[in-house]
Amino acid sequence: MSSGFPLLSLIIWLPIIAGIAVLATGGDRNASMARWLALAGSIAGLLVAFPLYSGFDVLMGDMQFVEYHPWIEHFNIHYHLGVDGIAMPLILLNCFTTPLVVIAGWQVISNRVSQYMGALLIMSGIVNGVFSSLDAILFYAFWEASLIPMFLIIGIWGGPNRVYAAIKFFLYTLLGSLLMLVAFIYLYRASGGSFSIQDYHKLPLPLAPQILIFIAFLLAFAVKVPMWPVHTWLPDAHVEAPTGGSVVLAAILLKLGGYGFLRFSLPIVPDASQYLSGMMITLSLIGVVYIGLVALMQADMKKLIAYSSVSHMGFVTLGFFLFNAYGIEGAMVQMISHGFISAAMFLCVGVMYDRLHSRQIADYGGVANKMPVFAAFFMLFAMANAGLPGTSGFVGEFMVIMAAIKVNFWYAFLAATTLIFGAAYTLWMYKRVVFGAVANPAVESLKDINHREIFILTILAAAVLWMGVYPMPFTEVMHTTVDDLLAHVARGKL
Amino acid sequence: MNFLPPDLAPAYPEIFLLVMVCVVLLADLVAGAKRPYLAYMLAQGALFGCALITLGTSTSDVSYTFSGMFVDDAMADTLKLLTYVTVAMVLVYSRSYIAVRGMLNGEFFSLTLFATLGMMVMISASHFLTLYLGLELLSLSLYAMVALRRDSVEATEAAMKYFVLGALASGFLLYGMSMVYGATGELNIGKVTEVIRNVIQGGDIDDYAVLVVGLVFIVAGISFKLSAAPFHMWAPDVYQGAPTAVVLFIGSAPKLAAFGFVMRLLVEGMGAMVADWQGMLMILAVMSMMIGNLAAIAQTNIKRMLAYSTISHMGFMLLGIVSADGNGYSSSMFYIVIYVLMTLGIFGMIMLLSREGFEAERIDDFKGLNRRNPWYAFITLLLMFSLAGVPPLVGFYAKLSVLQAVLNAGYVWLAVVAVLFSLIGAFYYLRIIKLMYFDEPETDAPIVPPGDIKLLISANGLAVLAFGLFPQSLMAMCAYAIQQSM
Repeated sequence: MSSGFPLLSLIIWLPIIAGIAVLATGGDRNASMARWLALAGSIAGLLVAFPLYSGFDVLMGDMQFVEYHPWIEHFNIHYHLGVDGIAMPLILLNCFTTPLVVIAGWQVISNRVSQYMGALLIMSGIVNGVFSSLDAILFYAFWEASLIPMFLIIGIWGGPNRVYAAIKFFLYTLLGSLLMLVAFIYLYRASGGSFSIQDYHKLPLPLAPQILIFIAFLLAFAVKVPMWPVHTWLPDAHVEAPTGGSVVLAAILLKLGGYGFLRFSLPIVPDASQYLSGMMITLSLIGVVYIGLVALMQADMKKLIAYSSVSHMGFVTLGFFLFNAYGIEGAMVQMISHGFISAAMFLCVGVMYDRLHSRQIADYGGVANKMPVFAAFFMLFAMANAGLPGTSGFVGEFMVIMAAIKVNFWYAFLAATTLIFGAAYTLWMYKRVVFGAVANPAVESLKDINHREIFILTILAAAVLWMGVYPMPFTEVMHTTVDDLLAHVARGKL
Repeated sequence: MNFLPPDLAPAYPEIFLLVMVCVVLLADLVAGAKRPYLAYMLAQGALFGCALITLGTSTSDVSYTFSGMFVDDAMADTLKLLTYVTVAMVLVYSRSYIAVRGMLNGEFFSLTLFATLGMMVMISASHFLTLYLGLELLSLSLYAMVALRRDSVEATEAAMKYFVLGALASGFLLYGMSMVYGATGELNIGKVTEVIRNVIQGGDIDDYAVLVVGLVFIVAGISFKLSAAPFHMWAPDVYQGAPTAVVLFIGSAPKLAAFGFVMRLLVEGMGAMVADWQGMLMILAVMSMMIGNLAAIAQTNIKRMLAYSTISHMGFMLLGIVSADGNGYSSSMFYIVIYVLMTLGIFGMIMLLSREGFEAERIDDFKGLNRRNPWYAFITLLLMFSLAGVPPLVGFYAKLSVLQAVLNAGYVWLAVVAVLFSLIGAFYYLRIIKLMYFDEPETDAPIVPPGDIKLLISANGLAVLAFGLFPQSLMAMCAYAIQQSM
């Protein structure tokens, strides 16, 4: 469905232009103007994204809303945009999260407000660009550009160790993506001078180069997801980032890695993907089980949620490399659901951190006595994080476990341990923080959440429950695309 | 005897500039102290006039003059036009800096113009002697410019080092050229090419051996001028010691001329020996990227750090020439042009942060720039990410085009090495951004540059972004220049 209206360009550039406008409001004297402008920009960004859902043809496997213009003719690079059932939900997730993050930083960010809000909006637009690029260099440009605002968000507004975390985040991600660039240039030559991702999908390749390309892609995407053992940047970045930064990181940026696997690794090098699927499944399962255990031992709430993110993202990569429809759709559902839940969890920790300026579990106790409304919300999200049926956390994990059982019982068995570990680390933390007697005078002075916080958490709670009870709207849009992808992978390229 | 005057048309810009340098010298003699800005205005006018002449006389065909010693082709026109723009920007950036430091006199401008003339001759040379003359005119002017603050110990030391090492490199080059002359009996680049081809086809082992030895010396001389490792030692000292305005000049326009020099000497002159110089340049390139990027990490002086960064960028640029095809050369040219654009911006920024009695020399002088002035911090951010090669800034496309040429020539390992060293390089550029954005300022001295510098530095930074979003025109220009001249 290619209507003449450049909807995707609007979705990409509207937040970026709004972000530049926010930056232009200048110093902290105009802070409230920067906030309102950012809110207006992010909501406008969400509104223009709705036609993407309503106008999306679920039965069509091809790219939709395509835009195609020459950009750098010298290298045959095009401004080529389009979405399918994999990209579309992720764009919506991103557009949905941005206003929440803007609202979450409303009072907390009081220093260089316009730069913070501007960086958030610009990043939101860039991420939309990543999800809708169909040209490898355009994709790469958006992909790398997304590092710049995040680097600044962590480094300027983060915690005490923010500089280390920001530089580690940047260099880790850059390492992965530079090799991806080499792979792109290799494909450019192999395809006779094209940077079109869809051309790469059709390009026949022998197994040996496929494996090298797979490894180059793997480094880029595994760092982003992040998979064990290249996950170590994530806890640092999460812990030091401001709440809004953590939310964006967990809810959106981690999805770039998962998206990369589906857009690049599986379709471009299908035979290498199958050849190396054993390794990928092993790494994913180590991530799920081992990182789950690591999360159990964390004393810092944000670190715990960060490790829980790594563990949950292990499910995503596991689902991809099982090569059946349940697995990939489950992984997609898991990505979106993780977007909601991790955002909510980080916001909950943010709520407490704003009041007591501590993330240590040991500094809390008996919060329920002072913040009953908050405790109820936190309870819901903790349960969702543990994968309770009826919440979105359950749907994705269940689908992936079902898919794993079809392949190998032990994969499913190991993956299912997360339902125990996940419940253990989340609920144990919840118990220590929220229940019991009031631990200290600081907790005694806590005030319950205000309307702004209730508003954000309610929206997220609704999303978590809706997706948990009725996931159909989320899965139906990706059905055709996933089927086509699986058929393509099964055909292979040899 | 019949004397035929040479057709001067291809050399009109050079002749005009020579006349203008004399005018600048005379004007300074007459009205120097009373009207300090007269020389500046005349110099800018001279560059503008040169640009008009070059544009007016540019054709798509190749024309020779002075018995084939001087050539005017598309590459020469393009590189010369870029040189004028670069030198004009250098002058704008330098004006208030040198005025505050008592260097605003005719010498600065006449030396700059003499150096520019040298560059133009290098770019247009088609004879070993013309090449050498142009190079020496450039180098001698630069030695003098480094020593322009004669009461400064560091500047004098830097000038001494630069002069001694530069003279050595010129000697290398001349020695190499004399060997080539010995083997071929020719100094004209076109004829040298022909004879070398015959030597190779004829299987003359002795002549070929002499040619290879000559080539080694020539490559050594070239890599000194490019500041490629292991002939890079002068660069950090000169960058650190010389006045920033002079460093800005040394680091920018002469790189364009050096590219022209490499093209004339290696590609046009010794093109038949491509297999020999390819290997040498490969070693130079890898060593430059390694030494440049690793040593830059340890620097605390921003100018020294940028010197090492230059070394690594020259290494990266050489990779395009290693690819040894039109695609590779035009990617190298694109890389050089972009590099010059970024260098202008960053040294312009350093001069902007300096003020009377204070030189912004330590990287710590960038601390908290975002607090002091968010706009300049943003411009520096753009420049730094561009130097690191992060899209959507133009530095990325420079790297992309070179990498593409390298892979096209089949050197996958070289591309991977280049990519890994750029990752190391990203670290020290990030550190500047970290200082600007994450740290608190050490001083709150206001930054109040004159209006034209404010405008130029903003345009310079935004150009890095704009060319990053739309690099097509610049790439096409470089490809055209190379294609027409080969």
